[in-house]
Amino acid sequence: MGQIELKGVTKRFGDAEVIPPLNLSIAEGEFVVFVGPSGCGKSTLLRLIAGLEDTSAGVIEIDGRDATDLPPARRGLAMVFQSYALYPHMSVARNIAFPLKMAGLDRVEIERKVSAAAAVLNLTAYLDRKPGQLSGGQRQRVAIGRAIVREPKAFLFDEPLSNLDAALRVNMRLEISELHQSLKTTMVYVTHDQVEAMTMADKIVVLQAGRIEQVGTPMQLYRTPANLFVAGFIGSPKMNFITGSEAARHHARTIGIRPEHLSISRDAGLWQGRVGVSEHLGSDTFLHVATDHGTLNVRAGGEVALYHGDTAWLTPDLAQLHRFDEGGRALQ
Amino acid sequence: MATQASRFAGHLMISPAMILLLGWMIVPLAMTLYFSLLRYNLLQPGTEAYTGLTNYRYFLTDPAFLTAMRNTLALVGGVLVITVIGGTLLALLLDQPIWGRGVVRVLVIAPFFVMPTVSALVWKNMFMNPVNGLFAHAAKALGLAPFDFLAQAPLASIALIVAWQWLPFATLILLTALQSLDRDQIEAAEMDGAGPLARFGWIVVPHLARAVTVVILIQTIFLLSTFAEILVTTNGGPGTASTTLTYLVYVQSLLQFDVGGGAAGGIVAVVLANTVAIFLMRMIGKNLEG
Amino acid sequence: MARSASLRRKALMTAIAWAIGLAIFFPILWTILTSFKSEGDAIASPPRFLFFDWTLENYQTVQERSNYFRHFWNSVVISLGSTLCALGIAIPAAWAMAFVPGRWTKDILMWMLSTKMMPAVGVLVPIYLIFRDTGLLDSRTGLVIVLTLMNLPIVVWMLYTYFKEIPGEILEAARMDGAGLRAEILYVLTPMAIPGIASTLLLNVILAWNEAFWTLNLTAAKAAPLTAFIASYSSPEGLFYAKLSAASTLAIAPILILGWFSQKQLVRGLTFGAVK
Repeated sequence: MGQIELKGVTKRFGDAEVIPPLNLSIAEGEFVVFVGPSGCGKSTLLRLIAGLEDTSAGVIEIDGRDATDLPPARRGLAMVFQSYALYPHMSVARNIAFPLKMAGLDRVEIERKVSAAAAVLNLTAYLDRKPGQLSGGQRQRVAIGRAIVREPKAFLFDEPLSNLDAALRVNMRLEISELHQSLKTTMVYVTHDQVEAMTMADKIVVLQAGRIEQVGTPMQLYRTPANLFVAGFIGSPKMNFITGSEAARHHARTIGIRPEHLSISRDAGLWQGRVGVSEHLGSDTFLHVATDHGTLNVRAGGEVALYHGDTAWLTPDLAQLHRFDEGGRALQ
Repeated sequence: MATQASRFAGHLMISPAMILLLGWMIVPLAMTLYFSLLRYNLLQPGTEAYTGLTNYRYFLTDPAFLTAMRNTLALVGGVLVITVIGGTLLALLLDQPIWGRGVVRVLVIAPFFVMPTVSALVWKNMFMNPVNGLFAHAAKALGLAPFDFLAQAPLASIALIVAWQWLPFATLILLTALQSLDRDQIEAAEMDGAGPLARFGWIVVPHLARAVTVVILIQTIFLLSTFAEILVTTNGGPGTASTTLTYLVYVQSLLQFDVGGGAAGGIVAVVLANTVAIFLMRMIGKNLEG
Repeated sequence: MARSASLRRKALMTAIAWAIGLAIFFPILWTILTSFKSEGDAIASPPRFLFFDWTLENYQTVQERSNYFRHFWNSVVISLGSTLCALGIAIPAAWAMAFVPGRWTKDILMWMLSTKMMPAVGVLVPIYLIFRDTGLLDSRTGLVIVLTLMNLPIVVWMLYTYFKEIPGEILEAARMDGAGLRAEILYVLTPMAIPGIASTLLLNVILAWNEAFWTLNLTAAKAAPLTAFIASYSSPEGLFYAKLSAASTLAIAPILILGWFSQKQLVRGLTFGAVK
């Protein structure tokens, strides 16, 4: 249950081909994250799976059955919208009950399921309130409750955390991950935040301009990015890229080294540089060092007493050096 | 958002409105066009005959037509001036902090909701009547001879009545627009050293410009078809002194029973109104982008 | 303003505003007051403002002689009837244009607006003749038809702007939750749209009630609404100011009250959403 197959799925808006023919397999019970910059088509792809948009070409299969022409209601999927899309004129209980009412369940059954979902999400005290009287996090949970109660084959999340403040976002991230552990249902999750992707996903699909750049586990994408785009997108702070003579020395057009794989020292190292802005968090120190090969970001653990204007030496961990050719593709 | 299924449903649901409006536009208008080419008088049924553009010739060369055009422009122009200027001033006033602002607003808005026949008759009889009207009483108290408004200045008097009715509309629109002005802009201008007159001229006026355009264009459309006020006060007279294009067509069609002539007049009115309409559509069209 | 307005300035502004407000409202006030006077008092010189013998005789006369309530009822039927008809046609159309916009949606909306700009005189002749030949002259049904069509563009436009304010995602959520078109409209759209529909209803009842072209030209004795009824007072028989005032007050009272509630709708409806 919850196996989704996309074969040659294409989407055109007028003359613009927003998603060129795309193939993807989503296994049962997987937590798949679509990630990419704004406008890369990740939300569009999600909506195609949901049935809220028609495909221009291609086939969408759900559990082996062709669902391409099925309306959203008949695909057995549930969606949590970015703005939660709660029914403002209905109480929390009625919001959660709505899909069950549409499915034609009787009142007793509906009440039972709503109570169960509310209990799981800590919403029991709010069942009679209207969405307007709830906080952002509570509304988020009602939206999830409305999705859970349908016992769908898969959950679709469209950037559900982007309307929440930072602290809440961290909490909800954990809650959603826990939910996945307990329900074990397929989840397709769209976000532009690569931290969410890395922490929550079983499998990440990196998209750009409608094309899949790479599919893999978080660690695969981190350790072996397939091209410049994925290398620069995954990992925060961004990977440092160096072109020119230094890259040529390593037989590549571009080399990349992550900030956490650069060690910094006052005295000795491979590349000399001058510290620009330095950010001291106590747990880490982020230093922006101007070198002959461009400004490099360094992430050092703990506190490093280097400040603006200081001279420093950087040494890359050569085992973690990434090499890319003229087309941006990863080498070796 | 849309899928094939919902798109089809969409087309189905627009159709009644479209078909009805299409019919409402085309059928009567086509008939008017047709009649305008006939010599057709209701008092002599059965003598209809095709006369080409004769009706138009008669209508456009009738001295009453020129008078009517002049009157129409004077009426519409006069009312526009009064309502736009008055409306702006009132809007500025109502935007100020005052006690009982809500009540004042209700007082100012009220005339718009009075039906045209009532306001016309109330003004005609209880204010403008040279014997018993309040203006006459006031004149006598000041030792002046009462002014017979509707006999001596019929068009201006009607303009006064119509302006009284439409001033609330202009005020309300302009007040709404004024209140949508971001106070931050004004405060920024103050920080930049702009005095009250400068702030008014450089920030308030441009912001209101769009609303004023809307007011002018919408009112023009409605003012062109002013009818009840004329019917009930002067019947277009004395002579044709207060006859507008709309009233002229009415007189020809329903009072003189000259269907052919009235139809030609109607077409002329349609052309006139459509010219104005084109500008209005361009204005409203910009709103659709939002 | 961030700073407190000086008290003196506020008092001055208040005085000016009230003076102007009362001046503008005066004709209505005078009419209401005169309706309670005897005819003699009504034309008294100098005019009696508040101190006269208040009487209800005018209201009685108006009721008896001219069957006021029949005209009132005609106004109610015509304005409510035409507005409800217009809503029935316009709600689906506005739904379609707001939620399933197509290539032609903008053009259709502009075209509908343009039909409102056609001057009524342009079609006076054919409508009059058609109504005469089909027996719709001097009938409430006929007027309901005409006023429905006259107001349809405004109704469609108002509903369109209100519908556009409903977040599309909520309707999508309903679709994901298994709602078919009927359930979507019934359980989700309509409850959220009710304030907008009510506003549209309010404004258009007012506009239809006050309509004074077709109601004057297409009616005689049977279907004449209040607009025509009052117009018949323009040929007076003897003293009649007080009676005219009574009739007028009765005619405008309902709309004055409704109008107070509909100011926002007026702005939105008559500017076709250009000013909100």
